[in-house]
Amino acid sequence: MKTAVRNYAVFLWRSAALVFEGDWRYFAWICTLFALCLVGLNAYSRQLVEGLATTGMTDQVSWGVYIANFTFLVGVAAAAVMLVIPVYIYRNQELHDLVIFGELLAVAAILMCLAFVTVDLGRPERFWHLIPFVGKFNFPGSMLSWDVIVLNGYLLLNVHICGYLLYCRYQNRKPAKWFYIPFVFIGIFWAVSIHTVTAFLYVGLGGRPFWNSAIVGPRFLASAFTAGPAIIILALQVIRRVTSYQVPDRALLTLRSIVQVSMLINLFLLGNEVFKEFYTDSLHVASARYLFLGLHGHNALVPWIWTAIGFNVIAMILLALPLSRSLKWLDVACVLAIVGIWIEKGMGLVVPGFVPSPLGEIVEYLPTWNETAISLGIWAFGLLCYTFFLRMAVPILQGRLNRNNESQAPANA
Amino acid sequence: MSPTPPPGSPAPAEPRSMSRRSFLRGSTVMAAGVAAIAAGLAPLRKLEDFGSVEEFLRTHYLELTPEKMKEVLARIERGVEKQYGLRPHVRDYRPMNGVEFVYALNLTRCVGCRKCVHACVAENNQSRDPAIEYIRVLKMPNGTFDLEKGDHGYTPASVREPGFFYMPVQCHQCKNPPCVKVCPVKATWTEADGITVIDYNWCIGCRYCEAACPYFARRFNFAEPSIPKEKLNPNMSYLGNQPRHKGVMEKCHFCIQRTRAGLYPACLEVCPTGARKFGNILDPNSEVSYILKNKRVFVLKEEVGTLPRFFYYFDV
Repeated sequence: MKTAVRNYAVFLWRSAALVFEGDWRYFAWICTLFALCLVGLNAYSRQLVEGLATTGMTDQVSWGVYIANFTFLVGVAAAAVMLVIPVYIYRNQELHDLVIFGELLAVAAILMCLAFVTVDLGRPERFWHLIPFVGKFNFPGSMLSWDVIVLNGYLLLNVHICGYLLYCRYQNRKPAKWFYIPFVFIGIFWAVSIHTVTAFLYVGLGGRPFWNSAIVGPRFLASAFTAGPAIIILALQVIRRVTSYQVPDRALLTLRSIVQVSMLINLFLLGNEVFKEFYTDSLHVASARYLFLGLHGHNALVPWIWTAIGFNVIAMILLALPLSRSLKWLDVACVLAIVGIWIEKGMGLVVPGFVPSPLGEIVEYLPTWNETAISLGIWAFGLLCYTFFLRMAVPILQGRLNRNNESQAPANA
Repeated sequence: MSPTPPPGSPAPAEPRSMSRRSFLRGSTVMAAGVAAIAAGLAPLRKLEDFGSVEEFLRTHYLELTPEKMKEVLARIERGVEKQYGLRPHVRDYRPMNGVEFVYALNLTRCVGCRKCVHACVAENNQSRDPAIEYIRVLKMPNGTFDLEKGDHGYTPASVREPGFFYMPVQCHQCKNPPCVKVCPVKATWTEADGITVIDYNWCIGCRYCEAACPYFARRFNFAEPSIPKEKLNPNMSYLGNQPRHKGVMEKCHFCIQRTRAGLYPACLEVCPTGARKFGNILDPNSEVSYILKNKRVFVLKEEVGTLPRFFYYFDV
């Protein structure tokens, strides 16, 4: 028992130490991210002192970029299953070792999600009111209480699976199936649940016709399974370029077909929504009209949503053509899809829900610099976490960081 | 992201993963990092309302014992005195037995003078800057109920203007309130007399209730409220008009500190046309019971199923 604890401590110590190892490019990258985190932290300190008046939010548009980014990132986290399903259900060998990169991305994305909801709270020091049995948890009534459970549960599941598999690799041990396979399968359903619950946050509000649509849940999943794997494709190419880790082309092409199909479904569902709104042409079309065409001379979101649709359609065409079997074009398609979906389901979903207000008032929303700095800081924090996770995981998966070479590097040096 | 060993080399052992040099480098980086974080947090020095431990561990309103309540009320009084230099009287008004409050508003009579809006602000200690108002009056063109056609910011020299009617909107104290359903921490609930209240000291400020409300009834304190000392109403209630702090929700509570003591709400009392009626729906002889039985009554957005306790009616 004592040696087990010691081994684990040594494993953690050696992995953590790797974070400070790297060439100048690595240090330039993490220093840039760290500096951005500090800019965000500084902006958040200001928000803590002055209140959410430092944001562009109002009583009319009471959620903004924080909740928009949160929504997008829950999707990114959920998309890790798009690697898990091929590997554990269809026994795809190419993706096998890459699953861990997807799950680490999910961990980083969930950390960003938690940060985004925290900065959105008016009284963050009262977060403990949200802890089941400690605070006063409105479960199962509030969808937000469901979200607290599923997001934190998903975080724990992924931390457990990644941590366990990496530790076994480090120890040259075959992982005990019973200790992770059940969690992998729970994780598949859990991933779908995190995004469904996040969609239900919006769908359940009868006073907001723009969100009160049954198709929002499926749309969330489709867009998540487009943007998530697209991010993984880009991440894997970075890994392959800056480390000696071999990522086979065929793995990237498998992910390409996932992005391809998801993007098609995503655009189809978006079309369904647009048809329902504009063909019915009831009073409830106001929000959609504001988003796509502008309402009574207010059109802040119009250029954004058309950019998003343009990007998504171009990405769709690129993905459909054999052209995107070349990685250069695949990268272009992925970037367009990620940006397009970030706009479409972030600002393009959250803000129009509030415009016009329930009393028909039109108040537009524009994020402030402070708010933007906080959001950038959280993104930098997430990327920094993901960089560190990869910095530890890659040498372990390659066998370079291994129990056998422990003696070559005294733990106390 | 990591040093690149020669390509194709078969997984070499990690070269001395922690040398003295790298340890020194690590510590320097750490020290610089900590200093930078401290610099980043600098604005926090201006944080004034850094609450006490007692404040942080405050229990939910519904879990306060009578003794604890006494303590809490005294603490609120001390806090207000410290902030405004005026000793208030803070009480915990409880619902009366056999009472369910209902509001009825006569659209034929309302002239849109907004006296109710200002009386409400004065009575309920709303922040003047940023301005928070619980009542929103819409100037509607005759012939439509499309709220998008309403004017929220009308400022004519005198009201009423021909061709328009006026519709004040405030919290509808719903029987099926979406705001209560969505609150993740039960900081808002409906009391026995039908008033939906907020525990300002429990609310976490997520604004989910604000998104859920179909009547734009809820307000958020985006900044620390400011009220001139001489304008402060010292007759305060825990669930009603005690001064709020930044980061929490508030809304109309039918003037708990008045109505639970047998008075009319401030908005009713100030109304020059008698357009506002308030009373106990469980009493068959009350004015509101008469109106609901005999007038042409309707509720706003009946289709959202919120079952408001706030009714509109016409005289003729």
